[in-house]
Amino acid sequence: MQLKVERRLEVPGWMSLLAIIVAVIAALFIGGILLAYGGLNPVVAYKQMFKIAFTDKYSLSDTLVKATPLLLASLGVTVAFRMKLWNIGAEGQLLIGAWGATLVALFLLPKDTSRPVMLLVMVIAGFIGGGLWGLIPGVLKAYLNVNEIITSLMLTYVAVFFNNYFIYGPWSAGGFGLTAQFPKSAWFPRLLDYADPYPYFRGMTAHTGFLLGVLVAFILYALFKRSQWGYKTKLIGDNPNAARFAGINIRRQIMLAFLISGGLAGLAGMSEVAGVVHRLQESFSPGYGFTAIIVAWLANLNPLLVIIVAYLFGGLLVGGDAIQPAGIPLMIQGIIMFCVISASLLTRYRVRFVRKDKVIST
Amino acid sequence: MEAASLVFIINIIGAGLRTGTPLLFATTGELLTERSGVLNLGVEGMMLVGALAGFAVSYNTGNPWVGVLAGMLAGGVLSQLHAFVTVTLRGDQVVSGLALTFVGRGLTAVLGAPYVQIRDIPTLPTISLPFLESIPIIGPLILFPLFGNQNVVVWLGFLLTPFVAFYIARTRSGLNLRAVGEYPAAVDAVGMSVAKLRYFYIFIGGVLAGLAGAALSLAITPLWIEDMTAGQGWIAVGLVIFAQWNPWRAALGAYIFGALRRLPLDLQSVPWLPFASNPILGVWLSMIPYLFTIVALMLTSNARSRKRMGTPAALGIPYVRGERGL
Amino acid sequence: MTQSKTNETLALDMRGIVKEFPGVLANDDVDFTLCQGEIHALLGENGAGKSTLMNVLSGLYRPEAGEIYLYGEKVELHSPRDAIDAGIGMVHQHFMLVPTLSVAENVVLGDPSVSYIINYEELDKQIGDIAEQFGLDIDPKAKIWQLSVGEQQRVEILKMLYQGAKILILDEPTAVLTPQEVTELFKTLREMTASGRSVIFISHKLDEVLEISDRVTVLRRGKVSAEVVSAETTKAGLAKTMVGREVIFRIEKKQSEPGGVVLEIDKVNALNDRGLPALRNLSLSIRSGEVVGIAGVAGNGQTELAAVINGMREVESGRILLNGVDITNKPATISIDAGMAYIPADRTGVGSAPSLSVEDNVIMKAYRKPPLSHGWSLDLKEIARYATDLVKRFNVKTPSIKTQSRLLSGGNLQKMILARELSREPVAITAVYPSRGLDAGATEDVHERLIEERDRGAAIFLVSEDLDELLSLSDRIAVIYEGQIVGEVPPDDDRIEEIGLLMAGTAVASSSPAAG
Repeated sequence: MQLKVERRLEVPGWMSLLAIIVAVIAALFIGGILLAYGGLNPVVAYKQMFKIAFTDKYSLSDTLVKATPLLLASLGVTVAFRMKLWNIGAEGQLLIGAWGATLVALFLLPKDTSRPVMLLVMVIAGFIGGGLWGLIPGVLKAYLNVNEIITSLMLTYVAVFFNNYFIYGPWSAGGFGLTAQFPKSAWFPRLLDYADPYPYFRGMTAHTGFLLGVLVAFILYALFKRSQWGYKTKLIGDNPNAARFAGINIRRQIMLAFLISGGLAGLAGMSEVAGVVHRLQESFSPGYGFTAIIVAWLANLNPLLVIIVAYLFGGLLVGGDAIQPAGIPLMIQGIIMFCVISASLLTRYRVRFVRKDKVIST
Repeated sequence: MEAASLVFIINIIGAGLRTGTPLLFATTGELLTERSGVLNLGVEGMMLVGALAGFAVSYNTGNPWVGVLAGMLAGGVLSQLHAFVTVTLRGDQVVSGLALTFVGRGLTAVLGAPYVQIRDIPTLPTISLPFLESIPIIGPLILFPLFGNQNVVVWLGFLLTPFVAFYIARTRSGLNLRAVGEYPAAVDAVGMSVAKLRYFYIFIGGVLAGLAGAALSLAITPLWIEDMTAGQGWIAVGLVIFAQWNPWRAALGAYIFGALRRLPLDLQSVPWLPFASNPILGVWLSMIPYLFTIVALMLTSNARSRKRMGTPAALGIPYVRGERGL
Repeated sequence: MTQSKTNETLALDMRGIVKEFPGVLANDDVDFTLCQGEIHALLGENGAGKSTLMNVLSGLYRPEAGEIYLYGEKVELHSPRDAIDAGIGMVHQHFMLVPTLSVAENVVLGDPSVSYIINYEELDKQIGDIAEQFGLDIDPKAKIWQLSVGEQQRVEILKMLYQGAKILILDEPTAVLTPQEVTELFKTLREMTASGRSVIFISHKLDEVLEISDRVTVLRRGKVSAEVVSAETTKAGLAKTMVGREVIFRIEKKQSEPGGVVLEIDKVNALNDRGLPALRNLSLSIRSGEVVGIAGVAGNGQTELAAVINGMREVESGRILLNGVDITNKPATISIDAGMAYIPADRTGVGSAPSLSVEDNVIMKAYRKPPLSHGWSLDLKEIARYATDLVKRFNVKTPSIKTQSRLLSGGNLQKMILARELSREPVAITAVYPSRGLDAGATEDVHERLIEERDRGAAIFLVSEDLDELLSLSDRIAVIYEGQIVGEVPPDDDRIEEIGLLMAGTAVASSSPAAG
């Protein structure tokens, strides 16, 4: 009797789902071992994290706050990844998007601009800022075939220094690493703003950014499914040669994808400064742009699933904030990603027992 | 004035040799992995793991060399996750490499927390060569500032490049390595295991990335902080492209980038430049190494897409023995 | 010249070999014997199991059942290394040579007896000596990519001899050679057998099998359908056992009635992927209602020519006109809209998107226009209807239009591509290796479709490496050599020699018959 591993041609849908669930459990288990190694009681830590992230209305609202930038940035990553463009610089695009929104809120528009106009212009500025930052690796990829993984990531570091120049230099409030606070008209409405008529909302900081994210998710879903652009994206993603053969201008599509991808990441940054911090400051993002990569990937690049996965990861971040050391969510994210990759690859194989002359499928 | 500018330049080169050394290890490791046909984007993660393991073990054992070995081993062990996913399961090398970086960053963020405050650890020794100063003219001007007081890892770096270049070009193992990255089917057909070779070179890449990390935390900047590699792992991946998979060019690139990393500091001390009086302008200088990576890639990618010389032909493609009929 | 050698020493005896792949029984209880000093041909259609059987023998595949005896002794071949050590050497259809390495490096690759630190001077000399000893003319220092296909094949044979092969397997060795190179190869093979080695010769070309082999074993659908002595059989008899029915060697078609010039290629220059000239001042025109075949050894510019015509590769200079409209270096959409169809050589790499559905694949060239789309949005219902219709009309066997195209068999994939390209009633069609890797049924189908299109009035540009296919389909044959059309020959069986010489770059005066 002999064990034989073979490749499957098609993986049934239920199996993929099961694989993801098994993988996440396995990841939490492995993470738990490492936590124990680091001197923590994993059961207590996980319980604590879950309690803080998901149990009452305040924690659900906090999770929503963390999920918002993840959602928008993941949608951006999704656009690029669907075309097999590895834009891993969403973090940098997010930072520049926040910079653009700040420019509008503090310096371009007068303080007494009405809130809708102010926010609309900030949304546009955030999108353009992130989009242009994303366009750099896009153009380099399209015209010079420069590896977009490296360039988009290098530009993330550049973006950090770029913002630092402004928040420590010309835009600095009192020499600290932050700008002055935005005028109220540049704040995204929050639930607690409606606490007067609806006392239930008191203390809840979830803001309009999440709705923006959900809206974008539905728009992207529709575009992927039934627009020419969605079709081109999927064709280029699967086989660029076939796409060229079908007459698609690949250069233009690469640049467009990077523009949209960066733009959405930029919206995440805009939403964060308009909805949470209300100013530009150093390290306001704990790596949302990087976590977004995992979120997009776990959601199988499906914009609607991104909403759910982003929310769960928002919970992970909220829970992680409550326990020490600070890197726990980062570690768990990495392990989850590895477990899911392995599990989803394993479903592509099946194991059979082979006897000398007979073949039995299992 | 001329002597001053010579001193300035020599100082930058000397610093480049020093700060470029971890980059040299990481780049050389990634180069070997890629020559075997596997792209590993997890260099940053493996470097971090190596840096932390090196630091922690050195602190706990009191012996920095044990720390170095631990760092190398840690990088090597982590790399095997990538090997399993990409070679055995034939998964996407980009996704797996990204995941490796996330794991490395997360793991070190959690396990490294207790070490953040520690400053006093046994570090790797500096090799003092006072006789260099006694060589006439070039001794005190050039040789001593460059080589007189370099850390032992810098010298290790000097040895690594010729060794690797010779290994690739002149040995039987090097021949196998070149073959498996170009056309694994040929290697398979003569009865060698493509998988074994690739596991091995992914491991070597991990070991060298781990060494890079340990060199960083035990010699170049002897301390541990979260994300202390600051993107050097990614720069290493970029440098391999810049080097067109040639170890000599990789070394050159690593030292140039080492110098560029130091340049902001040096330029800020030049009195007639605006950076001295207005320190905030210095952040623009800090962008230089990252921007230069992009420029270097622009220069080489363009030439590469025209000629395609140097890129291992099988890079990034999982090897599957001909499904049917070959 | 030859006679039955079944009573001589058995070099190889394979008994009851079974090899299964998911869903396919590639070898079903196959017996195969080889005598010392014999050339034994293994004949069969694509997919009949020839290569599988030989991959079992060379240790690449482990059979589910069966035994292998070498010179009377039972052997277990677990890996290619075992096979090499047992004296079995296989020259694969796709050469197992590393292009960037030198001849000598390729020959000794994997040989543990070479000193660890390689002395290249000594090595080159050693390999040069061995090559000379076997009468193979090769420069040991040359890099593989610099060599012609024929030379590369010699390197492969040298590699096997260096490894001590006593049994040489050649998988479709003549597919990429000019007729003259084939003659050279046959000479080498006869020298091999004279020195006591044995040769297994895999092919699906009947003529050469009858010419070179002592015995023929025919495989059909994984089983042995005949084992005969070559001298005692005929081409028609072999063909029947191979395919399982009578074979029409020539497709029936009426005389072509060419109309006006549709496709005009005027002094075109273009580069290949390496940036070297692939096409040099090439001119060619194709009229409506005719098939122009391009004969040439692979790598002489034919694939680049096809790409250039279809806007997939830039032209350095020269013009390409489609019905008088200049389409030179225009986006592919222009030539698509002008009625150009392209059946590329690489069906999965260029011709389809393997992970997308059949539906997504068949709309690749039609999705931009009504009724499949309105403005920027796709009409999903109309697309499904369109795809269903095409699948039916072109007889593509697929579980559903939502099935990923990578799951289709080679023949059905090609039918899917034909459906997409031909359903748009193109005015010009480029077909590159349209029947490569297909079984007889699918090949016939492809050929009939192309002739139908010709009769409808399309101008057809056919690139093939199979001279039989070219002779059978073409109305004119143009021979390409080093990026130039070096001659034009009518599709006449008697002119094969002439075509061969042109393919090899030897210009011939049309009156002097080539020596043979």
